[in-house]
Amino acid sequence: MRSILTLSLVFSTIRLATPLVWAAIGGLYSERAGVINIALEGLMLAGAFTAAAVTFYTHSPWAGIGAAMMAAAFFALLLAVVCIRFKANEVVAGTGINILFLGLPAVLSGALFLSSGSTPQIPRDELLPVLSQLLPVATQWRVLTDVSVLSLLALLVVALTSYVLYRTPFGLRLRSVGENPEAADAAGIRVNRIRYAGVILSGVLAGVGGAYLSIGQSSLFTRNMTAGRGFIALAALIFGKWRPVQTLLACVLFGFADALTIQMQGVVKLPSGEDVPVQFIQMIPYIVTIVVLAGFIGQSRAPGALGVPYDKES
Amino acid sequence: MKVLRDLFFPLIAVACAFLVGALIVLLVGDSPVETYRLLLGSAFSWPDGIGYTLFFATPLIFTGLAVAVALRGGLLNIGAEGQLYVAAFATAWTGITFANLPAVLLVPLCCIAGLGGGAMWAAIPGILKARFGSHEVINTIMLNFVAVALVGYLTQYHYRMPGDPIMETGLIGAGAHIPRLGAFIPGLPARIPLNAAFLLALLSCWLVYVLLWKTKWGYEIRATGQNPAAAEYGGVSIRKEVVLTMAISGALAGMVGINEVLGYRYRYYDGFSDNYGFTGIAVALLGRNHPFGVIVAALLFAVLQRGGVPVDAFTQLVSKDIVLILQALVILFVAAEAAFRKGGRGKGEGGSRGKGEGERGKGEGERGKSGKI
Amino acid sequence: MKLELRGITKRFGAVLANDHLDITIPSGTIHAIVGENGAGKSTAMRIAYGFYTADSGEILVNGQARDIRAPRDAIALGIGMVHQHFMLVRPMTVTENIVLGAEPGSAWSLDLRKAAASIRALSEEFKLAVDPDAVVEDLSVGQQQRVELLKALYRRAELLILDEPTAVLTPQEVEEFFAILRRMRGQGKTVIIITHKLSEVLAISDDVTVMRDGRVVGNLRTSETNAAELARLMVGRDVLLRVEKRPAKAGATVLSVRGLSIAGRDGGRRLDNVSFGVCAGEIVGVAGVEGNGQTELIEALAGLLPESQVSGAISFGGRDIRQLSARRRREAGIAHVPEDRHRRGLLLEFSLSENVILGVHYRAPAVSGLGSVLLDEPAIQRRAELVIREFDVRPPNASLPARALSGGNQQKLIIGREFELPPALLLISQPTRGVDIGAIEFIHRKIVALRDAGCAVLLVSAELEEVTALADRLLVLHNGRVAGEVDPVRATHEQIGLLMTGGHL
Repeated sequence: MRSILTLSLVFSTIRLATPLVWAAIGGLYSERAGVINIALEGLMLAGAFTAAAVTFYTHSPWAGIGAAMMAAAFFALLLAVVCIRFKANEVVAGTGINILFLGLPAVLSGALFLSSGSTPQIPRDELLPVLSQLLPVATQWRVLTDVSVLSLLALLVVALTSYVLYRTPFGLRLRSVGENPEAADAAGIRVNRIRYAGVILSGVLAGVGGAYLSIGQSSLFTRNMTAGRGFIALAALIFGKWRPVQTLLACVLFGFADALTIQMQGVVKLPSGEDVPVQFIQMIPYIVTIVVLAGFIGQSRAPGALGVPYDKES
Repeated sequence: MKVLRDLFFPLIAVACAFLVGALIVLLVGDSPVETYRLLLGSAFSWPDGIGYTLFFATPLIFTGLAVAVALRGGLLNIGAEGQLYVAAFATAWTGITFANLPAVLLVPLCCIAGLGGGAMWAAIPGILKARFGSHEVINTIMLNFVAVALVGYLTQYHYRMPGDPIMETGLIGAGAHIPRLGAFIPGLPARIPLNAAFLLALLSCWLVYVLLWKTKWGYEIRATGQNPAAAEYGGVSIRKEVVLTMAISGALAGMVGINEVLGYRYRYYDGFSDNYGFTGIAVALLGRNHPFGVIVAALLFAVLQRGGVPVDAFTQLVSKDIVLILQALVILFVAAEAAFRKGGRGKGEGGSRGKGEGERGKGEGERGKSGKI
Repeated sequence: MKLELRGITKRFGAVLANDHLDITIPSGTIHAIVGENGAGKSTAMRIAYGFYTADSGEILVNGQARDIRAPRDAIALGIGMVHQHFMLVRPMTVTENIVLGAEPGSAWSLDLRKAAASIRALSEEFKLAVDPDAVVEDLSVGQQQRVELLKALYRRAELLILDEPTAVLTPQEVEEFFAILRRMRGQGKTVIIITHKLSEVLAISDDVTVMRDGRVVGNLRTSETNAAELARLMVGRDVLLRVEKRPAKAGATVLSVRGLSIAGRDGGRRLDNVSFGVCAGEIVGVAGVEGNGQTELIEALAGLLPESQVSGAISFGGRDIRQLSARRRREAGIAHVPEDRHRRGLLLEFSLSENVILGVHYRAPAVSGLGSVLLDEPAIQRRAELVIREFDVRPPNASLPARALSGGNQQKLIIGREFELPPALLLISQPTRGVDIGAIEFIHRKIVALRDAGCAVLLVSAELEEVTALADRLLVLHNGRVAGEVDPVRATHEQIGLLMTGGHL
């Protein structure tokens, strides 16, 4: 057991939690405004693909992130229009976006790179930097700063979100719109405008989370590389009771579970001495999500108007 | 009038989806006309075009029915993919383990295994929802991943033939085979995999119709989907309904295994599903959650799937993933139709419950155990 | 502020909610707008507040025509509105609710302390006592109403529109509320109250506008009119204000409740040690402000609450029914007309026929044939037609979806469905909420007829007039306890009101 619990586990957790945090906090803005966002998975894929493609062409990861935010924001806007303007069932529409991203990156990468779904490899120095690359750090400390910029920024985003949500007029209005849109409307607030803002923000943040996957954690985009992380982020959001700091902790928990299972591969053995089949390791994050969701949802109180399109004249 | 609208809107949705799809093809740099010609054209030749199209339609009818029944019950079953994998494996396992039984016993046994496997895999998220309130969308998706891993493990470590590099099990017993339709239709060669499961699919549509609208069970499912509080008032046990509806849904999805294993490959072949589970969602929505609509929608998507192959082969830049994109667009456009419906959500749309219009009672929406996501 | 509506017309689909309305509300008065449910009064005022936009017509504020397209515009003009169902964000504090939309501080920082100070000042000025830091969810209904008033006053409203403000108040609270209104009038504010309670109109208003079917049918000085005239204008014919009822011939005890307690979600008790009985052939009324346990009482008796929440004894016809499910209770002869017909009582998208069998859909005569699985459509149709005929449901078309019916007709359908069981015990809650006067009379007559046929009836109503008119015996619930039992004929509203607030006679 001792060989598992090492410093590398901590860093592994940070690495694996980072995309979840971006996506989950993104989801928070949408859901606190009352719009269910099941499409975090698709939006992350949008971000991942765009970041990889744009970084490949521009050789700049920052351009990649910027483009990822815009692309994901665009599809989030699409989701918003379908759900808010056209009052679609938000879960169905979100599923549509997710299915869109099962196919769209493949078609685009086929056109751009003549590949069946992946983007070309991006050289190391063009990927998102880790802290040690940005700060002048003595060699012996370097291993401690082997943390991606986006991981640190994620913490900043959580703090910022906490502040925005509870200390600014925008946050107050966002929360009111998600709890009781009629009350917000009666108070003179533009309900749908705020909902649009929430959904688009969720796209921007989820897009960054996806970008991290392709140009931060790896060096290219592969088909469906999110592998369900968008849904796990949503589960973390629910587990975190739709509050910023608690959601962060939930993401860390999921990241930890993921990291643990990866460490276990090759280390933990079956009684017979053989390795545990890889499929069982693969299953664990998903089973953890199911168990967590089942155990804690009863205590979770969703925003009051979550999932209900606001229709004044009804 | 309603029937007219029921036909009209799906057509508009499909047209819009195709329009946007054309724009995407243009964006990618290929010719929409050419792409659509290939996509739609290859479905209508005889015997290959029609034969393969109907063969592809079979699993889509099953998954479409699965999602439709779930939606009627107020549930969104995204887990058809996982359910059909578990079911197909169960079907194959039965066919291998009891290979020596005569067909008259083995075929029904394999079918039961398939239905049972699918039902059981779907019942899990059903129970989680009934007991804990956790939303079925997340759980079914999680279970999709688990199913794929589980079945992959079983195939790789226990049921693969020694020396076989492909991830597939051994063959099922000869008694488990169900006949190809080529045996009954002159002009249809037996090499075309269209088999009796297609007839079973059509029969299932009729049975689902009878179940939902002509039986008390269907009444309870639909009532629960429409308004669980009122159904509960009417004496229905919501928990029981949720599990039952998911089980029926899973069983329907599980029938895909019959087509695949008993009628086509005669073994379990890992990864055989071409996104049937997800396409089922588009099929159900386009077919307005009605069994007969599902047949039409399944045929449409089967045509597209058939066309995917030449699109892959003969166009420069577009791949058959354009079919997935078209499906997604159909889902979005069909979902957007809600804006044109007077009052509330249409029948059989699961996922979230809107507040009834007019009188706002003391209903506060649903908290806690209702599984908001 | 003087408000005028000229030629206001508003259509919702096929329904003409407002038909060329002309209403003038003089400055500094308390003006009542009365009408039955569906008369269009709420719609007209929501147009004045910008919630809806009129199809045609104009709104004049102090003589000048104004364009009001959203509540923002109305608020800017000095119009405030307190809705029938409070527009409060429950998990937020009083301060947050009041300043929502007009937040002090900058775009980057909310100055809640400044807000709380202003609220305390306003609270003092108008004698509306409330704790700015309290969470709205924890407040009583009366306190929540004060928050709503403060919301309008915080935005410097000169004209206040109040929609059914006394629906949730006890008689004593109503008096306090009227005092607040008179204070506001004294400060030069104009107050419009929308109500259907004629007694209150007569008590508090200076002028009254009567609406019927979307039109104004009368503009009167309150001092020059009376309840009978107002009722006649509201309905268009003479109205029986009180149902005629012979004394009850009570028989054996049908329902016996002993020490019934219901646990709430937060650990408190929604119902606390309640005991009473209902005999065949009598109507036992339960009065009380909503939220004092009535909902839970009825749901527990109907079998709709989880077993774990309920303790105590419930016996029906001599046997303990605690373990019986809702289905079995209905089979045993307990019918239930729920308080929220849209939530519990109907499947809005289903046809009337399908709604008529809700609750009996799994047994004969709704099902027939092999194994009693198939629905017997002709039998269902027959039953639906029977109910529609007997209970005057309009339009009399069994294949229409339930959502196509008006509130009153929906209620009649539900009542017909339940009365046809036929029940030995009827649990009926808020039977005429949102129902027009004509249907109210009909429903009251039917309830009395059922009683005369020997059924035991437990009637819950927040409308004192209704429950005192119908009940043979009257219980008053307060905070989940039976505050007292009174003779509905002899007890005054003041006495009942006292019990409703927890006082003693």
